[in-house]
Amino acid sequence: MALLEASDLSKSFGGILALAEVTLRVESAEAVGLVGPNGAGKTTLFDCIAGWTRADTGRIVFDGRAIDRLAPYRRSRLGIGRTFQRLELFTGMTPLEHLLVAERVRAGTGRLWKDLLGLGRPTAAERDLAAETLALVGLEDVADAPVSTLSLGRARLVELARALVGSPMLLMLDEPSSGLDDQERRALVATMRRVRAERGTAVLLVEHDLDLVSAVVDRLVVLETGRVIADGGVAGVLAAAGVRRAYLGPAR
Amino acid sequence: MSQFVSFVLPGIPYGCAYALMAAGLVLTYQASGVFNLAFGAQAFVSAVLFTIAVRAGWPGWIAFLVSVVLAAPLIGVLLEQVLFRFTRTAPPLVKLVPALGLLIAIPSLVQLVIGTSARVPSSLLLSPSEVYFHLAGSPVSGEELSTTVVAVVVIILLALLLQSSGLGLRMRAVVESPRMAELAGIRSERVSAFAWGISSLFAGLAGVLLAPIYPQVNAANFTALLVAAVAAAAIGGFASMPLTLLGGVVLGIVQEVIAGYLPSGSVLSSGLRPAFPFVVLAVVLVSRRSLRGAQPSLGDPLAGCDPPPPSLRPPARMAEVAIGSRVFAGVLAALLLVTAAVLVPGNWEFTLTQGLVLSVIFLSITVLTGLGGQISLCQATFAGAGAFAVGQLAAHFGTPVLLGLLVGGGLAAGIGALVALPTLRLGGLSVGLLTLSFALVADNVLFLYSWSGGGGSGLSVPRPTVAGISFASSSAFFWLVVVLLALVSLAVRLLGAGTTGQELAAIRGSEIGAASIGVNVNRLRVVAFTLSAAVAGVGGGLYASLQQSVSPTDFNYQFSLVYVVVVASIGIYTVAGAIEAGLAYTVLLQLIGNLPSRYSSLLGLVFGLVALSYVRHPEGVVEYARIWALDRAEQLARLLKRHEQAAGS
Repeated sequence: MALLEASDLSKSFGGILALAEVTLRVESAEAVGLVGPNGAGKTTLFDCIAGWTRADTGRIVFDGRAIDRLAPYRRSRLGIGRTFQRLELFTGMTPLEHLLVAERVRAGTGRLWKDLLGLGRPTAAERDLAAETLALVGLEDVADAPVSTLSLGRARLVELARALVGSPMLLMLDEPSSGLDDQERRALVATMRRVRAERGTAVLLVEHDLDLVSAVVDRLVVLETGRVIADGGVAGVLAAAGVRRAYLGPAR
Repeated sequence: MSQFVSFVLPGIPYGCAYALMAAGLVLTYQASGVFNLAFGAQAFVSAVLFTIAVRAGWPGWIAFLVSVVLAAPLIGVLLEQVLFRFTRTAPPLVKLVPALGLLIAIPSLVQLVIGTSARVPSSLLLSPSEVYFHLAGSPVSGEELSTTVVAVVVIILLALLLQSSGLGLRMRAVVESPRMAELAGIRSERVSAFAWGISSLFAGLAGVLLAPIYPQVNAANFTALLVAAVAAAAIGGFASMPLTLLGGVVLGIVQEVIAGYLPSGSVLSSGLRPAFPFVVLAVVLVSRRSLRGAQPSLGDPLAGCDPPPPSLRPPARMAEVAIGSRVFAGVLAALLLVTAAVLVPGNWEFTLTQGLVLSVIFLSITVLTGLGGQISLCQATFAGAGAFAVGQLAAHFGTPVLLGLLVGGGLAAGIGALVALPTLRLGGLSVGLLTLSFALVADNVLFLYSWSGGGGSGLSVPRPTVAGISFASSSAFFWLVVVLLALVSLAVRLLGAGTTGQELAAIRGSEIGAASIGVNVNRLRVVAFTLSAAVAGVGGGLYASLQQSVSPTDFNYQFSLVYVVVVASIGIYTVAGAIEAGLAYTVLLQLIGNLPSRYSSLLGLVFGLVALSYVRHPEGVVEYARIWALDRAEQLARLLKRHEQAAGS
């Protein structure tokens, strides 16, 4: 059974149909790229899966469980980690603190009475795991710097590490390369491949940069005006005529 | 019918004044994103100036020109230029605290300058009590006529101005994104300043119009006017001018009609009229969808152009400096305690105890706002609930005070949780206003019953006795308070360092980001409110036991505002900040109490003005000084180290 099975999702905003009976499957440990022109419904689909938007019809099953009606935080605890296109970092905290709190929340071991007895501080094991994750994405040198002092590229890596730290089964990345320069993009690709190799996490990647997507994913899904117009191996999908027309524009 | 009309007519002056001030609130909010609670104080200033001028024998129209047309906009533009210009991109708390500071500081300043002598206010156009004609058998007085005429004329002028000049459109652009508006050629600073001028004029006008209704010009009346105007603005969704105006007028009239039909003599009839606007405010805030998460600057696509708000965490220190500062703080605290116990004369012992008790209440603000990032303007109400619980239990069941403190803390916690529930989906400003309306309802209705606040004479509260040891003497009580404060401080520190504190810090940084890692944001908001209310309840109970009596006036809503302002100005993010705030407040209170009575308003002035620094230093002035001093210490330590190394090699 697939790790994530979103079937027949439809969503309209006012009169605009953002998603029309979209079906998307992600197998465990599989990396899927979700591409399509602006307005194709990528973000809506993404938000429906992560829980920020509720689809009008259809159902979403994650790890054998229907999650349609769960709040985002519940889905996160079930093992869906995500990053944001517009940064949603905890201003005033360091990268290390980001990971420590994320880890504790995922583990669900935080209790009020423990805090009041002084047992709420991070343990050595938790610190080690957080440091390990920071090293994985290459942020060990800024572990204790306030996130507001980091460059955009590194700030995105903090979000990636924060999403990774609870060992999610599915990692959802929302345009991780937007606003990055070439060098930062190359570093991002390298980091994502390292993460895949070491953690074996399933990835759902929304991205405009086709080179970047192709370098990371196993399978491409192409959306256009709320419909899936192609789904398959990277090379095959990019060669398909319909995709070329929708996404790259007609041949001149 | 004629009875109904006779109830409606007296409501009209209220309604017009509410509508005018509400229009000003909406205008400023739309143009600069600031919900200026200081309009209450600005209305008071205009009313005072007008009354003084008329009493000095000036013709009414000159007095009007000076106090309303000249002075009011001048104050507004001044405030915008020196203060609120800098808060445009700031979070709700940073916009609210300086406005609250002004609401307290401005009347204090007026009182300091012109004294506290009672003044009978004058009416603007016509003699207020003279009856000009009858409507459906009811007399129509000059007060009713002049407010209606002036309000209608001014509002028509405003509508013409907004319509014809395109100013309304530009204001919307500026509040949506000041940077973007500037790129489109709009001088957003000027638009904002203009809106401040106009709306301050409205506030001044409302003040002058409403003044004759009350027997004397009193700042508290204008705060009530303010909150009613806030309710009217909420009816208009903080955006729609026609709905706001209509809301203001209807509110004023309905409030008088209700008061007319209620049987006189009960708590409900005396309390419901003042409480009515706040009930409306609470209902509107909770039920209006558009007010949820109202935070206009959030969607600003160019928000990134402005520098990020300063980080609130104290920077990490070199080990030597960190240890040194802890030793220093410990030694200082021990010295202070010993001095307090041995050397301090009797009346100062009470003051210090009072300061430490207040510190407990202030710690509730550290929990809710410092850790939780939420605003509450009803902390004094939570404290009051704890205090009355201790008093009632002691009076009726002879419950020991310490047990009473626990029950009082629990009761306050329950109320805190109930208050938190409707705030869950609201943005920072709306939460502040909702809690304020709860405080006012408690003041005007809930606390007036004999089963809660003890009725008119209040309750007498004993000092605690633990295991046969009496803490009745002032020095014994002092040490008990020291121990309890230490316990609560420790609990707050542990809370902040533990999971809950880290989750709250995450929510402060980004609610969406926190949800994405699995934080149940709603649950934590309720937890923060509950814990904070519990701390406030315990503090309130201690306060009652310290005074050995308690009455509703000890915990009215103004204290809630003062508490927030004082803690924010000293240091809202640290436990030390709350204790320093408690001590600073009571010591200053005592010092000013020794001065001639006309200086009694210095306290409000000092803290109100210090709160203005919150815009630049949200960590608080004492915390800022501490960071500064530690920076210097660190530099020195580095220098010494380098010297040592140089000498060693």
